[in-house]
Amino acid sequence: MTATRAIVEGGSLPRLPRHVKLRFNQRRNRWIVLAPERVLMPDEIALEILQRCDGATSVGAIVEALAETYEASADDIGGDVAELLQDLADKGFVEL
Amino acid sequence: MTGPEPPLAVLAELTHRCPFSCPYCSNPLELERRGQELDTADWRRVLEEAAEIGVLQVHFSGGEPTARTDLEDLVEHAAGLGLYTNLITAGVLLDEARVGRLAAAGLDHVQLSIQDSEPAESDRIGGYAGGYQRKIEAAGWVRAAGLPLTVNAPMHRHNIARLDAIIDLAVGLGAERLEVAHVQYYGWGLKNRAALIPTRAQLERATEVVEAAIERLKGVLVFDYVVPDYYAHRPKACMGGWGRQFLNITPSGKVLPCHAAETIPGLEFERVTERGLAEIWENSAAFQRFRGTEWMPEPCASCERREIDWGGCRCQALAITGDAAQTDPACSLSPRHGELVALAEAESEREPPTFEYRRMTRKEPIEA
Repeated sequence: MTATRAIVEGGSLPRLPRHVKLRFNQRRNRWIVLAPERVLMPDEIALEILQRCDGATSVGAIVEALAETYEASADDIGGDVAELLQDLADKGFVEL
Repeated sequence: MTGPEPPLAVLAELTHRCPFSCPYCSNPLELERRGQELDTADWRRVLEEAAEIGVLQVHFSGGEPTARTDLEDLVEHAAGLGLYTNLITAGVLLDEARVGRLAAAGLDHVQLSIQDSEPAESDRIGGYAGGYQRKIEAAGWVRAAGLPLTVNAPMHRHNIARLDAIIDLAVGLGAERLEVAHVQYYGWGLKNRAALIPTRAQLERATEVVEAAIERLKGVLVFDYVVPDYYAHRPKACMGGWGRQFLNITPSGKVLPCHAAETIPGLEFERVTERGLAEIWENSAAFQRFRGTEWMPEPCASCERREIDWGGCRCQALAITGDAAQTDPACSLSPRHGELVALAEAESEREPPTFEYRRMTRKEPIEA
């Protein structure tokens, strides 16, 4: 078995694994992440990040997009975005 | 009062039939028979109603759900309704083609039970010769089909010393998740408690093993650790609170707040064939009985944790105190806590009795 922990870097291309589903739930009127025996109710920022985890957008590009949306500097939010993605990756919600 | 939040998940017990006879099975002692099972059309309708009331995940379980030949059909229907589909299986009735069909039907995830890392012990515990080898094969087919795999390892005094090897096995099988689930003492588990319950020292060592493995395998294997609350200080939030997140549907269509709820006397459970799922979830007396905090006795009623653990487990309160409406004795604030601890310590130190394996019992015909 060679599985090792994936570490988030600026050039990583995060994506949702096939078995993780980001869906809009009509009954609750909100976005929800569905994963094996787990349900995540992402907050606004987490949702913005998850919606960009398409396997083509780099972590760096995600940080820049969020910086623009929230009128913050990429330097200020970069660490938080990487930390959130690392946590999601460790829990199996995101692949790198 | 406003109605309850929509449920998160349904445990769909498609059948109680199972080739295994694990002595800690979560099914009730009185198993439902094939002739009582809901048919395909009933289950399809139930899945539709579940999606409508806001259910997000459906766990196809049993017994052994792959004993139902309509499983692919039900998975496909659930996936089409936007439900996240999980198969909880012992694996031995699967073959490669069927795993492929289930994946094609839209199955999202497989949870495979592993009894032990030692083949002979595994087969003895499950009461099924050759079962271990077939599970290993099934895990391979699941991974080859691109499906994510969770290994569920029920822990007890017969396998707890091999927890390290069980963790290695889960990694070797390519699992992304491992549930180290200490046996819960209801139903068959309660019947076999003296044969299964670990000592406090065994439990503490197991917890250390899991904590070390969580660190070592970060990003490789996600752990779910279910502790036996006999040795706990505070009770578990059983089912996330009665009637708050989960509903369980038995093979014959009875809707339960948890799989052991039928042990509680005085509760009547409605059937999906008699009433809509929405009505049952919102209004049935059994779901209302222990929902929220109004039913709580002291010390729960004024406890600051009342909306964290929701009073613990009703079935455990019943099993130990004889009254399901008491504080769960797993809580050290319960006046009966000492009894629970004494019982666990006494039973776990004695030689374990032989297993009473899970099996169908033939009911006596009802007299005219």
